[in-house]
Amino acid sequence: MSIEINNISKNFGSTRALDGVSINFEENRIYGLLGRNGAGKTTLLNIITNRIFSDSGEVLVDGMHATENDKALSRIYMMGERNYYPENMKIKDVFRWTKEFYPDFDMEYANKLADIFELDLKKNVKSLSTGYNSIFKVIIALSVNTPYVLLDEPVLGLDANHRDIFYKLLIEKYSNSPATYVISTHLIEEVSNVIEDVIIIKKGKIIKNETREELMSVGYTVTGMASLVDEYTRGKEIIGTDSIGGLKSAYIIGEVIRNEVPEGLEITKMDLQKLFIQLTSA
Amino acid sequence: MLINFNDERPIFIQIAEGIEDAILSGAFKEESQIPSITELSVNYRINPATALKGINLLVDEGIIYKKRGVGMFVTQGAVKLLKGKRKEQFFDNYVKNLIEEAIRLDISKEEVIKLLERGYE
Repeated sequence: MSIEINNISKNFGSTRALDGVSINFEENRIYGLLGRNGAGKTTLLNIITNRIFSDSGEVLVDGMHATENDKALSRIYMMGERNYYPENMKIKDVFRWTKEFYPDFDMEYANKLADIFELDLKKNVKSLSTGYNSIFKVIIALSVNTPYVLLDEPVLGLDANHRDIFYKLLIEKYSNSPATYVISTHLIEEVSNVIEDVIIIKKGKIIKNETREELMSVGYTVTGMASLVDEYTRGKEIIGTDSIGGLKSAYIIGEVIRNEVPEGLEITKMDLQKLFIQLTSA
Repeated sequence: MLINFNDERPIFIQIAEGIEDAILSGAFKEESQIPSITELSVNYRINPATALKGINLLVDEGIIYKKRGVGMFVTQGAVKLLKGKRKEQFFDNYVKNLIEEAIRLDISKEEVIKLLERGYE
């Protein structure tokens, strides 16, 4: 059971939005789909859910071709940036409609979440603030009970408290009834403990597809006097550097050989955010 | 040479150590139930697979045991086991670092010993 993405490419005019993308979203795992603005995250999610079509390649959902296949698509719920509801619809009516399309939608749970987030169900969708618009969509995503849930920038506009509640609810939900979650975001630090697998997309290409732990173990930072750092990093794979005065930090891919590190240099782990910035900077 | 992964060690190790600390402090008593994987992951906002990995470290070491369908419990004798393990690590984790820093700051061996004695007063 998985969403299998084979060699998807997509052009918008002369822009290559996706370039030979292949990923396997396996059953009951939480993925982070990380990329900078315009990297192709949303395009990929839109192709998976048939909102747009790819120029080449294929998407299989549990072995079924996804293109114009309602059975395959009914297993996926996507929370996107755009709304596909009539703007003057009330939230409670959107819930009811969602239930029509996704029979496993848990109305009781959705109402409970609305209560937790203090979302007024009688409000019109169009009257919601950016933050509450995200909350409203997050609530649906957590209540639909499809095997695959795609969340495109789920915490957009949410304040710190609401983001915390969201991560808590997501883990609770995932623990109680596992499903595959794909979280597309550029807010990496917050999501890094929640995700198990990391996919990094840069200019339409997948540049990393590993477990978070594998990815975190590949890089480290070495800091010290610039001359010492330069000497130490010679011949190593450097993905970036920072300098403040005579102090220099170099970001390195590879394993630390402890007794190779000279006195005066400090080795620290690179966090996911730092690694991401270094890997995706132009 | 100082290699300091301490502050950013893998989360599953920090989870395991957090539980160890709670056992050593008496917050989790021997033969008492500890929080479930779900409780741990929800509370710390971490992936349940990460919490499980931390717990499994402790299960492998015989500090925690699982009762099928009931939950996870602190093993009888876990405190003694943990103290033994921590004592073995005491030299590497504390004494070595102490001496390295003392050397960097030109604090003599005699001074370090005096400072230790002061610490005990």
